[in-house]
Amino acid sequence: MREKKIKNLDEATIRFAGDSGDGMQLAGTQFTNTTAILGNDLSTLPDYPAEIRAPQGTTSGVSGFQIHFGSTEINTPGDSCDMLVAMNAAALKVNLHSLIKGGSIIANTDGFNDKNLKLAGYSSNPLKDESLSTYQVFEVDITKLTITSLQEMNLSSKLADRSKNFFALGMMYWLYDRPLEPTLKWLAEKFANKSDIREANIRVLKAGWNYGETTELFKVRYAVAPARLAPGKYRNITGNQATAWGLMAAAQKAKIDLFLGSYPITPASDILHELSIYKNFGVKTFQAEDEIAGITSAIGASFAGALGATTTSGPGLSLKTEALGLAVMVELPLIVVNVQRGGPSTGLPTKTEQADLLQALYGRNGEAPLPVIAAATPSDCFHVVYESARIAIKYMTPVICLTDGYLGNGSEPWLIPDYEKLPDIIPHFRTDPIGFLPYERDEITLARPWAIPGTPGLEHRIGGLEKQNLTGNVNYEAANHELMVRLRSEKIERIANDIPTAEIEGDRQGDVLVVGWGSTYGAIKTAVQRHRAKGHHVSQLHLRYLNPMQKNIGAIISRFKTILVPELNLGQLIKIIRADYLVPAVGLNKVQGAPFLAEEIEVKIDELIKGH
Amino acid sequence: MSNLIENIPIQSQLGSNVKYTTKDFQSDQEVRWCPGCGDYSILAQAQRIMPDIGIPKHQIVFVSGIGCSSRFPYYLDTYGFHGIHGRATAIASGVKLAQPDLSVWVVTGDGDGMSIGGNHLIHLLRRNIDVNVLLFNNQIYGLTKGQYSPTSEKGKITKSTPYGSLDYPFNPASLALGASATFVARTLDRDPKHLQSILKRAHGHKGTSFVEIYQNCNVFNDGAFFQFTEKATKDDSVIYLEHGKPLIFGKEKDKGIRLNGFSPEVVSLKEGKASIHDLLVHNETDTTLSFILADMTYHSHMPRPLGVFLSIERPTYENEMQRQIEFAIEKRGEGNMEKLLNSGETWTIQ
Repeated sequence: MREKKIKNLDEATIRFAGDSGDGMQLAGTQFTNTTAILGNDLSTLPDYPAEIRAPQGTTSGVSGFQIHFGSTEINTPGDSCDMLVAMNAAALKVNLHSLIKGGSIIANTDGFNDKNLKLAGYSSNPLKDESLSTYQVFEVDITKLTITSLQEMNLSSKLADRSKNFFALGMMYWLYDRPLEPTLKWLAEKFANKSDIREANIRVLKAGWNYGETTELFKVRYAVAPARLAPGKYRNITGNQATAWGLMAAAQKAKIDLFLGSYPITPASDILHELSIYKNFGVKTFQAEDEIAGITSAIGASFAGALGATTTSGPGLSLKTEALGLAVMVELPLIVVNVQRGGPSTGLPTKTEQADLLQALYGRNGEAPLPVIAAATPSDCFHVVYESARIAIKYMTPVICLTDGYLGNGSEPWLIPDYEKLPDIIPHFRTDPIGFLPYERDEITLARPWAIPGTPGLEHRIGGLEKQNLTGNVNYEAANHELMVRLRSEKIERIANDIPTAEIEGDRQGDVLVVGWGSTYGAIKTAVQRHRAKGHHVSQLHLRYLNPMQKNIGAIISRFKTILVPELNLGQLIKIIRADYLVPAVGLNKVQGAPFLAEEIEVKIDELIKGH
Repeated sequence: MSNLIENIPIQSQLGSNVKYTTKDFQSDQEVRWCPGCGDYSILAQAQRIMPDIGIPKHQIVFVSGIGCSSRFPYYLDTYGFHGIHGRATAIASGVKLAQPDLSVWVVTGDGDGMSIGGNHLIHLLRRNIDVNVLLFNNQIYGLTKGQYSPTSEKGKITKSTPYGSLDYPFNPASLALGASATFVARTLDRDPKHLQSILKRAHGHKGTSFVEIYQNCNVFNDGAFFQFTEKATKDDSVIYLEHGKPLIFGKEKDKGIRLNGFSPEVVSLKEGKASIHDLLVHNETDTTLSFILADMTYHSHMPRPLGVFLSIERPTYENEMQRQIEFAIEKRGEGNMEKLLNSGETWTIQ
C-alpha cells in the first residue's frame, strides 16, 4: 500500500453535520475528547435544533458540531471550517456558508437521493452540477458502506443505519491522524451490556478508518501537533459540567451539603443531570415541579443550612424573579445559574445569546441588588460558580451566575485546579444564643448571621416583609425601611473590596479598548490579538464581575480613546458602562443565536482605528 | 458529608428532655389578626399541643406563604419562615430535605394553598415529604379584603363577583386524596379538642399530613361554617369519622350513613328500616372509602365529614433520598473532589 502524504497544520476546524437523528453531536464529542487527549488546544460549538426529531431530511432538522483545534492557542470554535462532513443534502445546504473557499466536503451520497434533494430545496444535485467547483468534494456512500460492514451481524437495517456516524468519525480520525482507542474504550464502557450495539459501532468505526487508509480517495492526511499550553494536568470539560463541579467543590469546601432545586430546561438541564450522579458527595438534587419550586426549595434548604442552588435558562429566571427578591430580603446564600439562550419568551431554546444581563441585574420589584458574575469560557464556569458560592456564603446573599448555551455545551481543555488551593469557604453558623439578633451585621461584610433550624436558643422568624434592623421583626416604619434598603445595597457594594482588580490584556493604554463579558471572551481575544499582531494599540478588558464591578474599571477605561463593547444582545453592558463611567462607548451587537466570529469584531475594531 | 446537627453543640438543658409549657411557644410579637378571627383558636391549639409532641422547639420550623393565615409563624416561638405567595410548600420541602430531622409545618390558606400554590401542594402530597400542612379554609380572600376564593361556593357575591362567582369550588380533601396524599383530615376552629387531636395525629404521621381547618373569617365571610359549629345545627350537620366505628350522627345519634352501591346515603336508625349493622364502618386505611367520604362534602343532604379520611403508610421522599445517598456512598465510596477532578481522561503537558 502506498504511503499517503501527511501535511502538518497549526490548526484545523471541522464540522460534522447531519440530520438531528444522525448522531452528529456524539461524533463531535468523541472527536473532541480524542483530540483533547492528544494535547491539542480546542474549542467546540454544538449547534442543534430545538426539536428532538425535526422532520427528517429537512434543513430545520440539521444538527451540527464544529471543533476548532490546534497546536497553537485556540480561543473560539472557528469563524469557518476547513472540512465539512455532510450526511445529507440539507446538512450541506445549511452549513456550506461556514466552509472556507477551497475547503473540503465529505458528502454521504446516500443522503443526496431525489427525496433528500427535494427536502433540502435543491433543484439539482450539487454533487453533480458545478455549484461546488470551488471546493474539494469527496463522495462517499457512508450509509451503504456502513451497512456492508455490518452484514455478518444480522442487525436490523435501522440499527445498522444508526451506526453511520461512527463511519464518518472513523474516516475523520484517519484523516486527522487520531487514534481510535479513546472511542473504543468509551464504546466498551457505554455499551458494556449491549454487545450487539458495541460490536456494530466498533466495526463501523474501524471500517471508516480503513476506508481512508485503503482507498485512493484521499491523497493527503493531516497532522496537528500538541499545543504548547501551560504545563500541568489537563482534562476536557464542558461549561455545564464545570458548573456542576464548581457547585460541588464549593459545598465540599464549605463542608455543607449541596441542595439543587431545579426544573429541566434547555440548555441548562445537563447541570441537573451531572449533579444527580454524585449522590456519594451528599449532593441532594430535587427535580421540582416548576422553576418557582426549584428556587424556593433551594431557599428553604439554605435556611436549613445547605448550599441552596438552582439552575435554569432565561424563561426560568423570569419565573424565579419573585423568589429572588425573597432571597434578597431574607439574606440567605443562594446560587442561581442562568445558562442564557435566545429570547424573549421561549425564543431560541438551543441557541446562545447574552440578553439576560439587565434582567439579572435589575429584574426584581423594589430595590433588590445582588451580585452577578459571568463565565468567560467553558472551564471558567467552574471558577465563576465557585466564586459565586464563596460570595453567597460570606455575604449571605443570592448570587446570579451567568453562562450561556455556547459555554454550557461547548468544551475546552482545562488545566485541572488543585482543589486544596481553592479559596476557603467558611460558613459562619451562629451557635451562641446570647445576644443573638437575626439581623445584626458583620462590621466588614454587613452579612447577617446564618442561624439555622436545629440550633438551640436561636429560634427566630424571617420572611419577605420588611425587617426591623437588628431584630428582624416585621417593621413598616419609614426610616427603618430606608435604612434597610441602604444596608442591603451597601452590603453588595462592599463585595468590590473582596474581589481581585480587573486585569487588562494588552497595553495599559491605547486607541481601542474592547470591553466584553461572558462567552464573547474568545472571539474578542482572537480579534484583539490579530490587531496587536499588526501593531495596533488595541487591548481587551473582560468583565466577570458585573455587580459590583471591580474598582479599577473606571481607571482602565479612561486610558483609551475608544471603548468598544461587543455583545450578543442589543446593548446591555454598554448602558452600564456609559452610565457608570460616562464614556461614549461604541456597541457591536449581534442577535443571531450564534457566537461572534472573531472576524466580525476584527472588522469593527478596524473601523474604529480608521476613524481616529 | 456533613451533618449540620452534629456540628452544632446541643445544649443539654435545651435537649429533648425539657418540659415545655404553652407559653414557651408564644413569641414576643403582638398577634394582629382581626378581633374574633378563627385564627386565634387555631394558634392557641397549636401552642397547646406543641409541649406534648416531644420535639425540642429548636427543631420545629413553621413555614407559611401569604395571606392572613400565613402570619402564623410570627406568633410561635419556633423557627419560622414567612415566604411568598403559594410557595410555602416548596420552601418547606427544601427545609425538610436539607434537614430531615426537623419537624416541619406549613400554614397556608384556601387562596395560598389552593389557588396560587395549588401546584406545589399537589406535588408535595404525591412526594410524601414528612411535612404537616395546615390549610385554613375560610372560603374567602381576607388579606386582600374580600374576593371569592377557590373554595367559595359557586354564585358567591363578593367585591370581584358582584353578579356571583362562576367557579365551581375545590373540595380540599378530595383534591389532596386525588394527589395521592397519605394523610388527609378535616377539623374546625371552633372545636378545640377535635382540632388538637387532629394536629397531634398530623404530627404523628410519617409523610405529608394534610389538614383542612374550617376557619371563620368574621369580617369578610362570617358564619360560613356556622351550620357545622353552632349548637343548634351542628349535631345534625356534622359526622365525625372514627376509625373502626360505624358512621352515626344526629342530635340523638339516630342517623347513619349506609353505602348503596358506591354512593353513601343517610338512613334513619329509628324507623326500623336500618340498624347499626347496616352502616358504613370507617377505615382510615381504605383509600377507596376515603374518596367516597370526602365526596360527601358538597352534598347538601349529607352531613359534613370531619376527622381523618385517610392515614396510610408510604415511604417518605426524604428517607428514599437518604437511602440513595447511602447506596451511592456504599457503592462508590464517599465523594472526593480532588479525585473527581482528576478522573477520566487526562493528559499532562510538561
